[in-house]
Amino acid sequence: MIRNSKNKKETERDIVVKVCLGPGGIASGGERVLMAFKEETGKRGIKASFEPNCSVHQVGCMGLCSKDVLVDVLQNGKKTTYQFIKPEMVGRIVEEHIINGRVVEEWTVREDYNAFYGKQMKVVLDACGKIDPEDIEAYILMDGYESARKALTKMTPVEVIEEVKSSGLRGRGGAGFPTGKKWEFCRSQKEETRYFICNADEGDPGAFMDRAIIEGNPHSVIEGMIIGAYAINAKEGYVYIRAEYPLAVKRLGIALGKAREKGFLGKKIFGTDIDFDIKIKLGAGAFVCGEETALIASIEGRRGMPRTRPPFPAQKGLWGKPTVINNVETLANLPLIIKNGAKWYSSIGSDGSKGTKVFALTGKIKNTGLIEVPMGISLKEIIYDIAGGIEKDRTFKAVQTGGPSGGCIPSSMIDLKVDYETLAKAGSIMGSGGMIVLDETDCMVAIAKFFLEFTQKESCGKCPPCRIGTKRMLEILERITAGNGKEEDLALLEELGGKVKVTSLCGLGQSAPNPVLSTIKYFRDEYEEHIKNKKCPAKVCNALITFSILESCNGCGACRIACPAVAITGEKKKLHRIYQDLCIKCGACFEVCKFSAVEKL
Amino acid sequence: MNPQSKKEDLLGDILEKYRDTKGNIIPLLQDIQDIFGYIPEDAVDLISKRLDIPESKLYGVTTFYAQFHLRPRGENIITACCGTACHVKGSERIINSIRTILGLGSGEDTTRDQKFTLEKVACIGTCSMAPVIVINKDVYGGITPDKITRTLKKYQTKRSDDKE
Repeated sequence: MIRNSKNKKETERDIVVKVCLGPGGIASGGERVLMAFKEETGKRGIKASFEPNCSVHQVGCMGLCSKDVLVDVLQNGKKTTYQFIKPEMVGRIVEEHIINGRVVEEWTVREDYNAFYGKQMKVVLDACGKIDPEDIEAYILMDGYESARKALTKMTPVEVIEEVKSSGLRGRGGAGFPTGKKWEFCRSQKEETRYFICNADEGDPGAFMDRAIIEGNPHSVIEGMIIGAYAINAKEGYVYIRAEYPLAVKRLGIALGKAREKGFLGKKIFGTDIDFDIKIKLGAGAFVCGEETALIASIEGRRGMPRTRPPFPAQKGLWGKPTVINNVETLANLPLIIKNGAKWYSSIGSDGSKGTKVFALTGKIKNTGLIEVPMGISLKEIIYDIAGGIEKDRTFKAVQTGGPSGGCIPSSMIDLKVDYETLAKAGSIMGSGGMIVLDETDCMVAIAKFFLEFTQKESCGKCPPCRIGTKRMLEILERITAGNGKEEDLALLEELGGKVKVTSLCGLGQSAPNPVLSTIKYFRDEYEEHIKNKKCPAKVCNALITFSILESCNGCGACRIACPAVAITGEKKKLHRIYQDLCIKCGACFEVCKFSAVEKL
Repeated sequence: MNPQSKKEDLLGDILEKYRDTKGNIIPLLQDIQDIFGYIPEDAVDLISKRLDIPESKLYGVTTFYAQFHLRPRGENIITACCGTACHVKGSERIINSIRTILGLGSGEDTTRDQKFTLEKVACIGTCSMAPVIVINKDVYGGITPDKITRTLKKYQTKRSDDKE
């Protein structure tokens, strides 16, 4: 019934324009497009409502960030989606489509847009991109906060825990610990005061799932927290969120305020005797704070360093009290589990991994963006069906999952199922959801070095295996990519990596060697090529490549102008040359040359 | 009232605000950085005395988190995204080009004239536009070494206009 009223509401309006204002949309000029629509329609006196479409990244309607700015035009219930919209195109859309009812066909999305959604399953992201994230009424119209009400008024905390346990939901932050079990463990503690924390310290390079969920549908996370806090009997909650995500922080702040006004947070929530409220804590930029005990240290105002466990946070967490920490995506699943039941939830996914998973799909693919797929889908379906295959029709080489804690899976294993166990067996991890596709022009040694540089820099320095071990491993990778690798380096890397994994204090160190070990396992020949022949087969490692200009140069001067290091000389219409000692190997000359006269060796 | 004493008043207000709250150090430092753009030594001294927190603890926290800066930063902040997507699409080459154009020596992140600061960030979440740089609040996607030369020129000419 509620749903009907929403539908009615939308169709009653003559025109609804939804402009993608997710991170990708904003970066592509979404705000200016929105302004242009307001001006154009205002000028023509059209009655239209403008919704800053929720974080469009994940967007049900959009989500395909590589086509930003995406715009949905709903006219009498019929939806048309436009891609690559710029402010100057708005006038024509208003004139032809909105006023005269003729869709501007050449600007609408193509077939690949539909293919992108074909194999996806939007559960957590369903409302993202459909509703205005700053409007609590929009969320309530989609049955929002009904699950929290149901849990608090019709279920006991133990029933809530049992429901979540039997749903099979596992933590989406990376490690995949069963959520219900974590709650049960915390609930069983004697201590009266408990805390509930939402971990929104998404720090993996190449991952933006949590950002997209909070920006697109912040109330789903808040509702998840209310349900969780009820289950463990916590009165206070925190959202620990990266300060680098200002829009997410702003929308979350608005959402918390609105939820308080409605009586969903604060004293006696939902008309019961239960109190629960949430505070925002801004992270200050430290990757290790994604680790539970480090996150707690950071909220307490200390250096974010992990400590040994046990005691686990569920026993002794924030201020020494039992604490549950759940990831953003995990929390966004909870209202759906309570609403539709554990049976429904566990019908999605594979044996050990239930439900769906959100991935930030990026790299060398045609369609990049935020996707949600059922657990157990194959990598092949993700890369070729959803992502549309490799861009520029190059060859697929590997896919990296789990960010700096994960590993690389080679093209030969493309039929692999995406779930917690299968990925772990292949030497990678599910991780929080970064998925980066690599092609033949990517050097696997350089990729491993990139991730290790990151973890080495982010190592908090507390335990020696992580602090010193990752440093020594990085030094070895640096000398390999600089052309100074030694025969015994691979064995040394494997030995060191194995030791760092088993002796480090927290997950950061324990998983830091994964990118190195998995690339050695699957791309050993590429390492050997660097070490023995001093060659980088993918032509990436700077020290092992040179740029030079061929005789076929016609002296157009484009490379000379483009060179930021002023390393190219030559008279007009005569052969140019590169001074190798000045060259910074940026590749600008290679890219601008229209005559293929710059060679990379 | 001159801007400096106004800043000092604000500092006093902040100290009062955080006097009695648990876990106050990080939000306190964040507020201070919002005013000054960095954490001045004098401010650390003042917090330590007024709130009775050892300076060593304050510096410990300040140096642990990437967000805090102990030195003033440039007028224009160039943030280069070093996320994985940007990395595989050549962010390292972009950063090298920026360093060359701005004449930054190794270990330097701010130009001597305090006009530009170059920073790296793990991921800004706009991977579809990789490689991405952000100058102040403007996002530039699909950057190439060639494009960056032209983009930076815009900000550099602005700089010489200011001088005139």
